[in-house]
Amino acid sequence: MDKSANIEQLIEQFKTLPGGLMPLLHAIKSAVGYIPDGSVQQVAKGFNLSRAEVHGVISFYHDFNTNPVGQHTVQICRAEACQSMGSRQIEAHAKKSLGIEYGETTEDGRVTLQPVYCLGNCACSPSIRIDDDIHARVSAESFDQLMSELCVPATDNAGAKR
Amino acid sequence: MSMKFFVPQDTTALALGSNSVALTLALELEKRGLQDEIIRNGSRGMFWLEPLLEVEIGDSRLAFGPVTPSDVSSILDSLSSLGKSPNSTNHPLHLGEVEEIDYLARQQRLTFSRAGVGDPLCIKNYQSLAGFTGLAQAVKLESQEIVDQLKDSGLRGRGGAAFPAGIKWQTVLDTPNEQKYIVCNADEGDSGTFADRLLMEADPYQLIEGMAIAGLAVGANQGYIYLRSEYPVAHKILNQAIERATKAGFLGKNICNSSSDFFLEVRLGAGAYICGEETSLLESLEGKRGMVRAKPPLPAIEGLFGKPTVVNNVLTLGAAASILEKGSETYKDFGMGRSRGTLAVQLAGNVKRGGVIELAFGVTLREVVEGFGEGTYSGRPIRAIQMGGPLGAFLPESQWDTPLDYEAFAAIKAMIGHGGIVVFDDTVDMAAQARFAMEFCAVESCGKCTSCRIGATRGVEVIDRIVNNQDRDNNLILLTDLCDTMELGSLCAMGGMTPFPVRSALTYFAEDFGGESPREN
Repeated sequence: MDKSANIEQLIEQFKTLPGGLMPLLHAIKSAVGYIPDGSVQQVAKGFNLSRAEVHGVISFYHDFNTNPVGQHTVQICRAEACQSMGSRQIEAHAKKSLGIEYGETTEDGRVTLQPVYCLGNCACSPSIRIDDDIHARVSAESFDQLMSELCVPATDNAGAKR
Repeated sequence: MSMKFFVPQDTTALALGSNSVALTLALELEKRGLQDEIIRNGSRGMFWLEPLLEVEIGDSRLAFGPVTPSDVSSILDSLSSLGKSPNSTNHPLHLGEVEEIDYLARQQRLTFSRAGVGDPLCIKNYQSLAGFTGLAQAVKLESQEIVDQLKDSGLRGRGGAAFPAGIKWQTVLDTPNEQKYIVCNADEGDSGTFADRLLMEADPYQLIEGMAIAGLAVGANQGYIYLRSEYPVAHKILNQAIERATKAGFLGKNICNSSSDFFLEVRLGAGAYICGEETSLLESLEGKRGMVRAKPPLPAIEGLFGKPTVVNNVLTLGAAASILEKGSETYKDFGMGRSRGTLAVQLAGNVKRGGVIELAFGVTLREVVEGFGEGTYSGRPIRAIQMGGPLGAFLPESQWDTPLDYEAFAAIKAMIGHGGIVVFDDTVDMAAQARFAMEFCAVESCGKCTSCRIGATRGVEVIDRIVNNQDRDNNLILLTDLCDTMELGSLCAMGGMTPFPVRSALTYFAEDFGGESPREN
């Protein structure tokens, strides 16, 4: 895929939309997986903004990562409801078992680990999100199980596990 | 007898495996040569029972839960043997008639009356449950008449600040401009809250209806739902609902055959908690950093793109639809003092029976946590309750008899906020929770106010020093002073209220900070 051509098309699509910068950045992220540094100049030109302004927006939001991520993004909820159900232990377990810190990707490129502050599943904490699927009542054992399932091609991923 | 099956598809049900239950059910029905329909409904909000399987047989609607795929076959067996008296089924997961389950039967559901009843995307189902009648009323009224109804109802913003919604609408109506906007704040970032999510996933047309009514009331033809990116299921459902409502003539040009237009779009946030603050949200919608704006000017006068803008929470707009449908008097009849109507309490954290509980204002915190929640999930004693999200106070048992009322909570230096209740058992370390409050503020501060941006980082350090007994007395004084500075020197609630959980932890749970006696104030 020619990423820069693709980004040009997206800029064309969003530049006349009121407040179009956020939807554009989401679109670039879902097309490329991250916001490439090189796209800042293109976006700035398309939106008639300075590069600093575009950089400012990208860097403000947690979602707009500027480095490539792994095949799967695993987010662990760090908010209070999950804490009350032992998320601090899940967090420590995840970092240890994957051998990475938040913001890092496993060596095999499979998993990027990120913190998240609330997934809205607080009645059945602790929660984690794997790509677009949210999992409830996660324990260290079920975390390991979910991670091992990421190694096989996903089929009915959504909520297939308890 | 023909049956209809309902398997929820809201985030929590999915997170607990409802897709597998639905899949197993479909295969099992096929195996038995049965043609019964499976409907993917929204959730009732009784999350501890999810996945909750409901079966409609004649006039009965039976509930089973929590169901795993391996229970499906035995449930079908018990159904086929029950013949004409549905209540005779003796399956261990059978819970009786769904609406007679005490958790649901004891609620006063206005905003959530339709949640979980049917397919959230089916317009016919929505209309059969009085949906879009509020909008049909509104198109017949003058703008001022709609605003008057909202004012009469006493509805206050459900996002957290509890500002009278009618007065906000009046200000936008009274501000002349060719272009006005309705913005729905669906950036439900508080931990322990999920009522907005449930409404969007289980009854999205109610939000759409409320926004269209708001558009008619103030003369706005464009609406935006600013949705947090942490809600992928709600995102999908809302987009489909908007598409269908537009096709059916409830959105777009000449809504409900009137001369008014109302266009609606969902915009995604990008993981910034601060964008739940209304001015920060508007900046983000404009495509900028979510930096908090100084007020005045109020968003009602200079809001999105500088135009008069109504910014309301999901539940506020949902309630507006019920008020137009049922009349302001009916709504006002619920509640106490200046808190009118119902509050969607969200019971979360370490609790046995968590979920959405819609009740008239006035019930006490203890009645909710003990009466509905039945104690902790871990089975240990409750030690602390945090009400109102990460900026809300931690309350010890002595405060649990406070009635849920905005003023009563303000009087004990706590807040109802968006209605989230997070329960902690006796293993909680309150010094760690106070430290987390500061840490969270440091991560999520927009950075505009020095007291918040730098204060939060210093707060973490000071709490660490107190816990480590380094120059303890002076650091306690410093922490109090820092809390004062943050409260007085911050534009919005992020810096202004982070001290609430910190101070309450220090006041009520001083023993966790390694000291002998509370030093707070």
